[in-house]
Amino acid sequence: MMRRFLLAAACALATAVPAAAQTLHVALRQDLDVMDPTLATTYVGRIVFAGLCDKLFDIDEKLNIVPQLATGYEWADGKTLVIHLRPGVKFHDGEPVDADAVKYTLNRDLTMQGSFRKSEISSIDHVDVVDPTMVRIVLKTPSGAFLAQLTDRSGMPLPPKATEQEGKDFAAHPVCSGPFKFVERAAQDHVTLEKFADYWDAKDIHFDKVVYQVFTDSSVRLANLKAGTSDMVEFIAPTDTAAVKADPKLRLVVFDALGNLGITNNLENGARADTPYGKNALVRQAFSAAIDRTALVNVVYSDMYAPSVQPVSASSPFYDPSLEPPPRDVAKAKALLKQAGVTLPVKVDLMTPNQPDQLQVAEVIQSMTSEAGFDVHIQAVEFASSLQASARGDYQAYLIGWSGRVDADGNSYAFLHSGQGNNASHYGNPTVDALLDDARGSTDLAKRKADYFKVWAQIQQDLPITYLYNPRNIMAMSVKVKGFRPVPDGMIRLQGLEMSK
Amino acid sequence: VRGHLGARIAQIIPTLLLVSVLVFCLQQLMPGDPALVMAGEERGDPQVLAQIRAELWLDRPLPVQYMHWMGNVVRGNLGYSWRIREPVTQLIAEKLPVTLQLSLMAFAIAVLIGVPTGVIAAVYRNRWLDYVANAVGLAGLSTPTFWLGIMLILLVSVDLGWLPPSGYVSLAEDWRQSLATTIMPAFVLGNAIAAVLMRHTRSAMLTSLDQDYVRTARAKGLREFVVVIRHALRNALIPVVTLGALELGTLFSGAVLTEQVFSIPGFGKMIVDAVFNRDYPVVQGVVLVTAFLYVVLNLLADVLYVVINPRLRGA
Repeated sequence: MMRRFLLAAACALATAVPAAAQTLHVALRQDLDVMDPTLATTYVGRIVFAGLCDKLFDIDEKLNIVPQLATGYEWADGKTLVIHLRPGVKFHDGEPVDADAVKYTLNRDLTMQGSFRKSEISSIDHVDVVDPTMVRIVLKTPSGAFLAQLTDRSGMPLPPKATEQEGKDFAAHPVCSGPFKFVERAAQDHVTLEKFADYWDAKDIHFDKVVYQVFTDSSVRLANLKAGTSDMVEFIAPTDTAAVKADPKLRLVVFDALGNLGITNNLENGARADTPYGKNALVRQAFSAAIDRTALVNVVYSDMYAPSVQPVSASSPFYDPSLEPPPRDVAKAKALLKQAGVTLPVKVDLMTPNQPDQLQVAEVIQSMTSEAGFDVHIQAVEFASSLQASARGDYQAYLIGWSGRVDADGNSYAFLHSGQGNNASHYGNPTVDALLDDARGSTDLAKRKADYFKVWAQIQQDLPITYLYNPRNIMAMSVKVKGFRPVPDGMIRLQGLEMSK
Repeated sequence: VRGHLGARIAQIIPTLLLVSVLVFCLQQLMPGDPALVMAGEERGDPQVLAQIRAELWLDRPLPVQYMHWMGNVVRGNLGYSWRIREPVTQLIAEKLPVTLQLSLMAFAIAVLIGVPTGVIAAVYRNRWLDYVANAVGLAGLSTPTFWLGIMLILLVSVDLGWLPPSGYVSLAEDWRQSLATTIMPAFVLGNAIAAVLMRHTRSAMLTSLDQDYVRTARAKGLREFVVVIRHALRNALIPVVTLGALELGTLFSGAVLTEQVFSIPGFGKMIVDAVFNRDYPVVQGVVLVTAFLYVVLNLLADVLYVVINPRLRGA
């Protein structure tokens, strides 16, 4: 009797879940930060912006820059970019998406207090409105990397009137020009968007609503997908992929991403650089030679990630296919250590953010390098603390990744050029600096490629960063979800996405 | 009694002041620069970092930062979350009812399970029902919350499909859906407390079943049920109620893990996220409000004790 009652009660509660066929439920791994393209910094925030805010340009599966709110562009000279805008496009509040709005937004990004876009577009000298559908951006110096910035948050125009009116509260009611408009947000829980009726590409939009839900635990994300409460998961832990593959109702989608993971080595950043490992490139080369990147990725990530020694992934035009990760060579590593004339074992403190997978990576490295004569001591540190330690130079080797940018400049300049903020190694090589500057200042693809290939080759010698692998996007979704486009930035583009019955 | 209560209420203010100083100082001891966290992947730009530090007053001396914060707190303003730029008071107002609902449901579940099993165990002392109740209680105490949570999600939601695996819907929005999303986490949270209550009820019942008045009641020929419930349990409940009131406070801290597992956007989840994101205003606000609730709960327990135990009234 009691059992029957409990069962009935559970069923009654279960049937309370309404069936909403026109709503897409997306599970995110983390709560987003502020919902203002000028102030936002998180990756998951960009996933929500993909539904909320259209951009001047987008990227496609092959990382080509393609028009979105723009219809085209041309470089009048190396410093002057002319952008043609799509006529008749409206913001969610009815304001027109025109040259004035573009100029307003770029100026906001450049001048607003707390803007995180400023450094991305600081090469802008000024912006001119030519006519409502034509805007001219004049740069201080030629920049081959500039256009790629307009494929992300710096390229999301905001409506001047609504933005000024909302002022500091803009993030609480963001207004943009994307296919969906903002409905509500409950911090740490969900963001709800609803279809924007006046969207310029409305024929490609097949949902009435999109709900982005936050599930920080990877097994809980998977459970929601399996139970059908989520339709898509933006990131599945590599160790959970087998469970997705085994479920006929689910589909696993794995594709190249933009980022990298490597060991940042302290070369000149304070007293802790003063070790054989920090001062002698031969020692670092020995360390790198002792690592079997393929086995590492196999053990920790079930072969989902790509072993690599480059900061850009195979999806990038700046990836050098001839520069493959060398096979593990313990004999070579031992010979290099002998040549360096160091006493064995060489002690290395490896700082690692205390995430389970990264700790595992550190342990695998510890074991592999010990055979060559290294004694690796793993320091597991909470993420925020590890960032601070690396900035201060309070580390010897630091296992850290980078989510990646569309253009190779975003994956290299700030890390490898001398004097840059993300260059925690304090690495400085005039040849590398010159090549990075040259690539940044050019719009000639072939020339830029040649420059970057030389940089990638040089850092195999100097090893300010010992690259290990390029992560991939690992998404899972219901088999009913059709039309998903795997673009390396990992964003969920809602155009063309639909749910089969 | 009134003087006693007055003194207890007067203690609240210095307690909260002390808590505010402690939380402010302790988080300065936490390694990790908030500006670096706030900057996200823009952290490479020293200009960006300097701007954040200036905006958040991080470049001023600690006492100045504290006074600035306290000045606002006194006026009822707990500041803005650095990460999502919403007022902390608003965030707390959103999250507190969630955790309260969860805690109250968990408490109800704990009482419904814990007290009857405790009574049964005492009445059938050293017989198989007692052993079973004890074994179940011990299992409840020693099962890690997150493990039980994940197992329940897998069984009830993924395999059986009876309840949504996680998330939260408020009572006001849809009460049935709200119960559906909170019943599992409330069970997980209440489970450990049920075990504590069961063991306390059992021992209190054993004591009171041995008392003279129980023997008298039996001698009068009352039915065993009436003896156990009306005479023994009523007296045994006094320590159990006090314990229960204090355990209600423990539920708040227990909610931290449970809310993580079930992705319930409550107080516990908020503070964990805030600590990892070095969102100081949120951490400070939540700790202060939690301390306040603890103090009030303790006070209530004191009052309740006096109400239940007439012998304390003269004190």
